[in-house]
Amino acid sequence: MLDATPSQTALLEVNNIEVLYNHVILALKGVSLDVPKGGITALLGGNGAGKSTTLKAISNLIHSERGEVTKGTILYDGQNMVGLDPADLVKAGVVQVMEGRHCFEHLTVEENLLTGAYTRTDGRAATAADLEMVYDYFPRLKERRKSQAGYTSGGEQQMTAIGRALMSRPKMILLDEPSMGLAPQLVEQIFEIVARLNREQGVTFLLAEQNTNVALRYAHTGFIMENGRIVMEGLAADLRENPDVKEFYLGMSDKGRKSFREVRSYRRRKRWLA
Amino acid sequence: MPDTLLFAMEATLNGLTAGVMYALVALGFVLIFKASGIFNFAQGVMALFAALTLVGFQSGQIPFAHLINAVFGTRLHQFGWNMPTFLAIPATVLVMILLAVLVERYILKHLVNQEPIILFMATIGLAYFLEGVGDIMWGAEVKALDVGLPKGMSGAVDDITFAWFGYGFYIDRLELWAAGIAGILVASLTIFSQYTKQGRALRAVADDHQAALSVGISLRFIWVLTWSIAGIVALVAGIMWGSKSGVQFSLSLIALKALPVLILGGFTSIPGAIVGGLIIGVGEKLFDFFMQPVIGGATENWFAYMLALAFLLFRPQGLFGEKIIERV
Repeated sequence: MLDATPSQTALLEVNNIEVLYNHVILALKGVSLDVPKGGITALLGGNGAGKSTTLKAISNLIHSERGEVTKGTILYDGQNMVGLDPADLVKAGVVQVMEGRHCFEHLTVEENLLTGAYTRTDGRAATAADLEMVYDYFPRLKERRKSQAGYTSGGEQQMTAIGRALMSRPKMILLDEPSMGLAPQLVEQIFEIVARLNREQGVTFLLAEQNTNVALRYAHTGFIMENGRIVMEGLAADLRENPDVKEFYLGMSDKGRKSFREVRSYRRRKRWLA
Repeated sequence: MPDTLLFAMEATLNGLTAGVMYALVALGFVLIFKASGIFNFAQGVMALFAALTLVGFQSGQIPFAHLINAVFGTRLHQFGWNMPTFLAIPATVLVMILLAVLVERYILKHLVNQEPIILFMATIGLAYFLEGVGDIMWGAEVKALDVGLPKGMSGAVDDITFAWFGYGFYIDRLELWAAGIAGILVASLTIFSQYTKQGRALRAVADDHQAALSVGISLRFIWVLTWSIAGIVALVAGIMWGSKSGVQFSLSLIALKALPVLILGGFTSIPGAIVGGLIIGVGEKLFDFFMQPVIGGATENWFAYMLALAFLLFRPQGLFGEKIIERV
C-alpha cells in the first residue's frame, strides 16, 4: 500500500530480552526484534501478549513500574541502551506514546505539546516552528489549543499525545495502541497521519496494536507476539496473506468468516512455539 | 458607628492578617502535594529547621557544637562572627536546597511508585529526624529571631482608622508585612508555574508521572525542585512565625493549623491555601468575638477544626480542590 521502502539497516535491535516485574513476574521470555530505519513496524498480539511491556522495556518506562530487563540487549543506533534514563532516551531520539494517551489533563492542548519539547535546547524559535508543524498535521489541535486536554475527545487526546511526542524531534516513536477506544474512521485517520509522518518526516515507528487488520495495512514489517514471545515475523504484506494470521487474527478462513465460537487461541498450535 | 461593629471590623482585619500566617504554612504542603502526591508531614518541622538555621547563622553559632564538645572535650560555641541577615537568609536557602537534594536521594528515589501511605510514613520519619538534627545542630533552647521586620502596633493603620471611625484599630505591623510577603510569594509562584518551562513541567508531573517520564522530564529533578521551593516557603513561614513567637519546638506545631486550611482550600490549590487561610483566620476571630459572651473564650483552639469537619462532610475536595476531570 505504501511505496516508501524502509532501508535494510536496523535502527533498533532487540536481542533476546527478558523482563521481570517485581522480581517475580516474567513478562517477556526472550523477545528479539529489529526495526528497520525509516519504516513502520507493527507489533501484534492479544491482551497480555507482552506488546506494551516490550515497548516500555525499550523506552525504559518499566523501571517506574518496578520492572526490569534482566537479560538481553537493546541496541539503538548500535548503542546498548538497557537501563538508560527515559530522559536520555528522549534526547537520543526515542520517545514513547503510551497506551491510553496519558495527556496532562489540567494542561491545555498547547501546553501539552510544549512539554514534549522539554528536553530540547535549540531555543524558542525552533520549538515554535515545530509547534506549527504539529498543527499542520493535526489542524484539529489548533482549534482546540486553549482547551484543557482532559476535556477533549479521545481522538483529540490521541492526536495530542502523538503531537507531544513529535515535539521532541524524535527519530523513532514507540506508539502503543493508537486505535484504543476510537471509532474506526478515526483510527484510519490516525494511521494515515502516522504514515505521512513516516514518509515526510522520516520518523521510524514501532507500533503495538490489537487491530491487526489496520496495522498490517499501514506497516511495512510485522511481528506477532504471544505469551511473552515472538511467534511470527515477516513483511506486512506476507503476514496479511498468511493463512494462520488470517484465521487467528483477522477472523477469516477458507470457508469465509468464522463464527466467534470457533476461534481458537493461536498458541495451541505448538509448531511455532517449539 | 456602633462599637460592636467597629470591634467586629477590627477582629476581621486581625483575622485576615492571622490567616495569611496560616496560609504561608499551608502553601508548602500544597506545593509538595501537587507535584508528588505526598502529604508532607515534615513541613512544619522544615519551617522550624529553617528558622533554627537562620538564627544559628545570624548569631554565629557553630553547628553541632554540643556534639563536638562532648566528643572532643572542646569548648566551642561561637565563630565569633555574626553573619548579617542579608547573607544569612541566602545561606539558609542554600541549606534548604541541600536538604531537598538529600531527601530526594535518600528517601524519594527509593520509594518511586509506592503507595501514598508509605510515602506519608516516610515523611513522618523525616519530621522526627529533622527535629532531632535541628536540636543537635543548633541546641534546643528558645531563641529570638529578628530579621529586621517591624513589630508592634501599626501607627498608620491606627491613625487612619481613628480619623475615619474615631477608633484606632490595633494591627500588628509584622502581620501586615507577612501579608505583603505572602502576596509576593504567591504571585511569583503563579508566574513560575504558569509561564516557565520548569513550571509547566512541574504541573505536568502533578498530572501524570508516567507521561511526564515518557516525554523526558526527569522526575528526580522535579522533586528536588519542588522540595526546594517548599523549603523556601517553609523558611518564609519560619521567619514570620519565628519573629512573632520565638524559635522553639512549638513552631513545628503550626503545621497542625495548616491542616484545616488545606481541607478548606483543597490540597491541590495555591489560591485555595490563601483563601482557606483567610477564612480560617477571620472565622476564628469573629467566632471568638461573637461567641465569647455566650460560651466563654478559647474558641480559637478548636474552631478551625470544627469548620474543617463541616467541610469534610459537605465538600471533601475543598473550595478550590482540583475537580477530577471526567469526560462524559
